Amino acid sequence: MFAYILRRLLYAVPILIGVNLLTFALFFVVNTPDDMARLQLGAKHVTPEAIERWKAEHGYDKPLLLNPAAEGTAQFTDTIFFQHSAAMFAFEFGKGDDGRDIGNEIRTRMGPSLAIALPVLVVGLMVNISFALLMVFFRATYLDLWGVVLCVVLMSISGLFYIIAGQYFIAKLWNLLPISGFAGGIDGLRFILLPVLVSVVAGIGSGARWYRTIFLEEIGKDYVRTARAKGLSEVRVLFRHVLKNGMIPILTGVVVVLPLLFMGSLITESFFGIPGLGSYTIDAIQAQDFAVVRAMVFLGSFLYIIGLILTDISYSWVDPRVRLQ
Amino acid sequence: MSFMPVILWTDALIFVLMVGVLALVWFIRRHEHLRAPWRVVAQRPMAMGAALVLGAFVVIGLLDSLHYRERLADSPADAPQYSVEVLSVFDALVSGLRTRQEKTYSAPLAMQLYAKEFLERDGETVRDYPRLQYGGAHLKHADEHASDIARRTLVGLTQGLAVGLLLFGLLAAWQARRTQTQLGAWLEVWTTGRLGWPGRTVVLVLTLMLLLAGMLIQLASGYHVFGTDKVGQDVLYISLKSIRTGLVIGTLTTLVTLPLAIGFGIAAGYFRGWVDDVIQYVYTVLNSIPGVLLIAAAVLIVQVYIESHPEIFDTAAARADVRLLALCLIMGVTSWTGLARLLRGESLKLRTLDYVEAARAFGVSHVRIISRHIFPNVFHLVLIAIVLDFSGLVLAEAVLSYVGVGVDPSMYSWGNMINGARLELAREPVVWWQLGAAFAFMFALVLAANLFADGVRDAFDPRLGGRR
Repeated sequence: MFAYILRRLLYAVPILIGVNLLTFALFFVVNTPDDMARLQLGAKHVTPEAIERWKAEHGYDKPLLLNPAAEGTAQFTDTIFFQHSAAMFAFEFGKGDDGRDIGNEIRTRMGPSLAIALPVLVVGLMVNISFALLMVFFRATYLDLWGVVLCVVLMSISGLFYIIAGQYFIAKLWNLLPISGFAGGIDGLRFILLPVLVSVVAGIGSGARWYRTIFLEEIGKDYVRTARAKGLSEVRVLFRHVLKNGMIPILTGVVVVLPLLFMGSLITESFFGIPGLGSYTIDAIQAQDFAVVRAMVFLGSFLYIIGLILTDISYSWVDPRVRLQ
Repeated sequence: MSFMPVILWTDALIFVLMVGVLALVWFIRRHEHLRAPWRVVAQRPMAMGAALVLGAFVVIGLLDSLHYRERLADSPADAPQYSVEVLSVFDALVSGLRTRQEKTYSAPLAMQLYAKEFLERDGETVRDYPRLQYGGAHLKHADEHASDIARRTLVGLTQGLAVGLLLFGLLAAWQARRTQTQLGAWLEVWTTGRLGWPGRTVVLVLTLMLLLAGMLIQLASGYHVFGTDKVGQDVLYISLKSIRTGLVIGTLTTLVTLPLAIGFGIAAGYFRGWVDDVIQYVYTVLNSIPGVLLIAAAVLIVQVYIESHPEIFDTAAARADVRLLALCLIMGVTSWTGLARLLRGESLKLRTLDYVEAARAFGVSHVRIISRHIFPNVFHLVLIAIVLDFSGLVLAEAVLSYVGVGVDPSMYSWGNMINGARLELAREPVVWWQLGAAFAFMFALVLAANLFADGVRDAFDPRLGGRR
């Protein structure tokens, strides 16, 4: 087991190197730091001196890959690649355009992101599974058919609509919950409720439909017939057998997104003013803060790879037939 | 010539795509085994109804893809100069909607502006809602307003119904002639729904669309049906223009995805070994980067490129168009991994089957084995992926435009409409019509696409074979 995890971790290294090289190519080779400087400074203030100053401020005034001016190993270390790309492996993200340390921002913003994302995941899972089980229980009736149609309708509504409608009706018109904002501790609960509610509702369509197909696949299997043959009631068959076995694909699908919960949701966080990583990313994209975007790309892929490894482990955990080797 | 045709990049690709689709249809028609699953699709009422709605969207989108630039009226005939504004055939058809521009917001079907202004009336200055320049301008008094709207609605519905009945009559006559039955007998078969194809749904959906169109046309000639936006442009016009953007993103992205997914997926599964390793590595790397971030990073870079090379683009439309194309390219390059993985798995299975082994034993080349034995057997997966991805891409455009990495801000798109109007809900009274129209149009397109995709998937997926 331990050896397996270690090997998977080692396998993750070349992928992270690939991500790193890709972002390096996108941010420094396709567009030179000069282009970035020009965009940041705006058309009016572009002078060669201003560009040089901007580059020096951000540490982009070095050669890309090889510094012939330096000596010894500094030839490789005193370059943009080493200081801005390779440094990310040590989680040294440098500073954003606002001068704040990116690593520090990430640490403080993870909490609020998680405060929204985790309840959304747990509540959403329960709601979707209940809805799916209900449809499976009434399978091949009009209730099931209209349940599926309702899912398709819910799926076809833009995610932005759920947020805007939720904010407008629940917060503005009926004054039930605050429109946006965030606070720590128990006081923050009222701020969390609306984003969680909206996100869960937005996810019902695709989630419940997907789980329904999973359960339907299970229900055609032999062990279900055996369970019915021994005289179990339909409800017991569903909860004791189908639900348990259907949870395997559902849970492993969840495990892969677990680490990514730290990243939060871009749209939800920015609409509800949650000071999490999602709104941080969206602000960086809109302000064209390349350093932050680059850091978030790296962090996101790192967390995704952790998720993949966790998925493999959880497979062997819930399904004894799978052996890690 | 009084106009100069303009072929934007996306126009050209759309027409290439159309030719491809027509060629595919022609090919399928000639092969019975390919035609069979489509016949199953054609028998599903929901899929056919959805296909009709999709068809209406596609027609508008295609009309909106024939672009031209008008000649300036005062330029000499031998050295003509053309307007910098790029118009489309669709613009020419609904030119009234485009040119009837008000000052600022006005509610749907309103005859007054949204905000009060100081007006000169009978020699004194009063603060009141000014009348619109075009919306309801034919009315003398405000009390004619409701009755005029009712009259126009009624006329529109009647016209729609009349056209619907006419079409239905023609269909019935043609069908009765073709099946060599009496018209009455055919009608009886039709009313009981035993035609073999969902005739009742088709007629119902078509009539509903005609009723809606008739009503819209009647009302739009005198009012702004969905109101006007901040700069006074007709919201109905903007929503209709956005159709093309949505369709382009939904289809051209797939056009980019397909060669990558098919090529890499089949190659990885068929050749195995180092080819497989390399391709798997590439798609794990691409997959591990969160989608929105990768798109954002790439779009930011395209933006920098466009802004530092302004000389390449002669009109604003060309510039926005290149950005749209870039967005499709980027979304395509970042989203081929799912389908490629699916195709890889399927090819791994297929390559061990007897007929592939036999072909290899006969010395058939790899290219031929892949094109004759592997590709036709994974084609249903490709088709299902195309129709399933479409709706997701249309929805993604709105989100990306909100994040600021979507289409050009000057381009008509539902995402831009939502982005521009979402803060207006805080106004008093609320400006809801712009958001409402964008969401309604998007919902109609995506719902139709989803329902159609379900029909296609059920017909083509062998695993579902007959179970549903």
